Amino acid sequence: MKLTTPAIAGTLESSDAQVTIEPGDGTIDLSIHSTVMAQYGRQIRETVLETMERLGVNDARVSVNDRGALDCTIRARVECAVFRACGQTENFPWGEAIRS
Amino acid sequence: MTANPNLKRLRRTMMFLPAQKPSLIKDAYIYGADSLMFDLEDAVAENQKDAARFSLYHALTTINYRGCEKIVRINGLDTPHWKEDIRVSVAAGCDGIRIPKCEHASDVRTVVEHIERAEHEFRRPEGSTLVMSALESPLGILNAYEICLACPERMIGVAISGGDFRKCMQTSYQPGGIEMLAGRGQMLLAARAAGVQCFDTVFTNLNDVEGFRAEVIQNKQMGFDGKSIISPKQIAVVHEVFTPTEKEILAAEKIVRAYREMETSGVGVFTVDGKMIDIAFVPGAERTIALAKASGVYEGDL
Amino acid sequence: MKNKIGREIPQEILDMGFEPYQGEGAKDGCEYQKKGPRVRAYEKPFESKLVPSIREAIVKSGLKDGMTISFHHHFRDGDYVVNMVMAEIVALGIKDITIAASSLGSAHDPVADYIEQGIVTGLQTSGIRGRMGEVVSHGKLKTPAILRSHGGRIRAVESGEVHIDVAFIGAPTSDCYGNARGKGGKSDCGVLSYAMVDAKYADKVVVITDTLVDFPNFPPSIEAVDVDYVVVVDEIGNPKKIASAAARMTQDPRDLMMAEMCAKVMAATEYFKDGFSFQTGAGGPSLAANRFLEPMLVEKGYKISWIIGGITSPAVDLLNKGLVGTIVDAQDFDVPSLQSVHNHPRHFEISTSQYCNPANKGAFVNKLDFVILAALEIDTDFNVNVITGSDGVLRGAPGGHPDAAAGAKCTIIVTPLVRGRMATVCEHVVTVTTPGECVDVLVTDYGVAVNPRRADLKAQIEAAGIKTTTIEELQKQAYAIVGTPDPLPFEERVVAIMEARDGSVLDVVRQIRD
Repeated sequence: MKLTTPAIAGTLESSDAQVTIEPGDGTIDLSIHSTVMAQYGRQIRETVLETMERLGVNDARVSVNDRGALDCTIRARVECAVFRACGQTENFPWGEAIRS
Repeated sequence: MTANPNLKRLRRTMMFLPAQKPSLIKDAYIYGADSLMFDLEDAVAENQKDAARFSLYHALTTINYRGCEKIVRINGLDTPHWKEDIRVSVAAGCDGIRIPKCEHASDVRTVVEHIERAEHEFRRPEGSTLVMSALESPLGILNAYEICLACPERMIGVAISGGDFRKCMQTSYQPGGIEMLAGRGQMLLAARAAGVQCFDTVFTNLNDVEGFRAEVIQNKQMGFDGKSIISPKQIAVVHEVFTPTEKEILAAEKIVRAYREMETSGVGVFTVDGKMIDIAFVPGAERTIALAKASGVYEGDL
Repeated sequence: MKNKIGREIPQEILDMGFEPYQGEGAKDGCEYQKKGPRVRAYEKPFESKLVPSIREAIVKSGLKDGMTISFHHHFRDGDYVVNMVMAEIVALGIKDITIAASSLGSAHDPVADYIEQGIVTGLQTSGIRGRMGEVVSHGKLKTPAILRSHGGRIRAVESGEVHIDVAFIGAPTSDCYGNARGKGGKSDCGVLSYAMVDAKYADKVVVITDTLVDFPNFPPSIEAVDVDYVVVVDEIGNPKKIASAAARMTQDPRDLMMAEMCAKVMAATEYFKDGFSFQTGAGGPSLAANRFLEPMLVEKGYKISWIIGGITSPAVDLLNKGLVGTIVDAQDFDVPSLQSVHNHPRHFEISTSQYCNPANKGAFVNKLDFVILAALEIDTDFNVNVITGSDGVLRGAPGGHPDAAAGAKCTIIVTPLVRGRMATVCEHVVTVTTPGECVDVLVTDYGVAVNPRRADLKAQIEAAGIKTTTIEELQKQAYAIVGTPDPLPFEERVVAIMEARDGSVLDVVRQIRD
């Protein structure tokens, strides 16, 4: 998927994550801040990268501000930000590119 | 299509949860509500409708809700959101969809049509997604009977939505419920005539514990199956009020036992304590036993 | 070597003279020699103890490089005393100071700077939080911090393990001769329980007050016979942060659900009978248990004989309703409790030694029936951590937790299974602050687990119709929800020693990698 505009999804409430995304310089540039960095930083990174890969995004600057979100929430926020950045608002590929 | 076994399941409490709030949906099952109502409608701001869907999808496909029924309240048919709401709900495997602001049987048929399409698209078993209708206006109440009958294979039942209904009726919340009497009564008549379930509206003042209890007691007395709730704190009261008394359980046990004996012995007479009993009492008695079991107070062997 | 609960205690710590923990009650019956202070005689009647400034009091006390000073934490997050005294010590150029406080908190962030500057080189405390926790966890303190329970601190002071050169005791009221009380003044804190041992065992004792009252300020918590100097300052604390308004009952449905379960578990045990004794921590669900307990007491016609601990308004409410005979009070958390300790004839101030010292001839905690306590983490051996966060950084306080847990016949830990993405019920806690052998029941939002050592309690709880599960099952559920955590990136270096109540080493805290 090709990003056309910067987008943001999620909040800074406990158990949530705020994902900011914008068109990149040809690669994925991912930065993560997390309240549980020491124990879950690696897993958050894997989840974000896997979700982006499934969506076919390989050119983006992504920043995740995590407040102890579960993986399912991180996926939901990344997907929401990506589709917003692509301008798609319906006919989402549930169960295909969007998957748990 | 075979009948969905969950059509008549126990639904004393249906707890609303804003679908876009991770902290609230991540383990709402711990409180023991019978049904969870993931809200895509009023609890979600207009610019977060998409975020709520992604959140809903992953919650329903990842989290084990441990026996709680998962119902999604979609946005109204007068919005641009409801079609995608149905797609995501069915794709994520929800148990049912609540149609807000339902006024006509055709609203139900429209939603069911889209559910069928989504069940096909996402390879869900046909008929696996139930529906229920929220009646929020006088017109909805007046059409309740045909709404209840609009899709017998999928229709859980109807729920009255007090906020909008009271506004339409030019009234407001009254202790004792006189302002809702006609609406509740008419809806109950329709639901019972159609053989579907019937649920009362939410009680929004969490600080008015006594007012809430009084309303729940009235709900039970009127014959409701359950109530929509907005907080886990309301669950205990509803379950307690809807729990059958020991006397009710004993009476129900006798009826169910006598009925089963009659069935096995083939004797065509159905008696309890020597008195002839109408067979019409059996479903009610079975329901009492089911309620007692769900409430954890049944110690018999039925 | 590994101690009795399987925690690795490095040789370098044993070489410092520490013993490994050998189990609950291992030192029962041991004899201690109390080490008295070196005191100065005040024989001439005309000498005044009033000095015009903290600075002058420090100078007169003879405080020098390398000495140990002490503070109490009755002013909690509203404390000004530690920072005022430390600023003067630093201004005087005194260094290599060890702070031996009953606890330190986020009010004391400036101490973190003094640690980084090498002025403060030793810390002995219960609590360590905020920036101080950060710098210690990152290895900036020259010597390992020594963390003790409230009871353990009294034992360490009395036995001379920690020798206090100068005690600085903030007091809401004092007379010119040093009779000091927790009552009255601008910074009322109710009681001065933590400071009592300091007054008796420090070589020099400085009372710092913002309200000088007529002699004699009686009955005193700190006696003039133990006090060298009295300093009057403008403010010793922020009253709003010393005692909150009445502790508001949690409205969180999860907390309430767990609190109700705690009360039900209590009622299911053999100890729930007329005249039981009770303590709760100050956490949301622990406090809320009082609310669910009350109707159970009324229904059975039972009364609680006494309540102990840090006191909050729910305990005071029960006292005022006649459902509790006596409150014995070692700290006050809110305004109703300090009003009560001043006014109610059955609400008494006690010393921390009376409260929970394991090395005296029998503390109150030994006679506790129930205690309800919180946890940052609890592992499958029921070991509790209340000192290090999930990131491995120091941010808590054992306080009276290990003392009450060891003493009570039924110790209930109440905690949600997960907090955010942190598994509260885990395989191994980061740091053991209360050993699992002192914990009897775990109440979570996902179920109740009973320590296998307490088959008797398990049977009683199940007989009351409460389903139980195992702590291993709870831990698995927690990890299924949040994922298995990666191990924390610790360095080898020990930055803090967690002492058991008896002074042996329960665990060590290592430096966190940047």
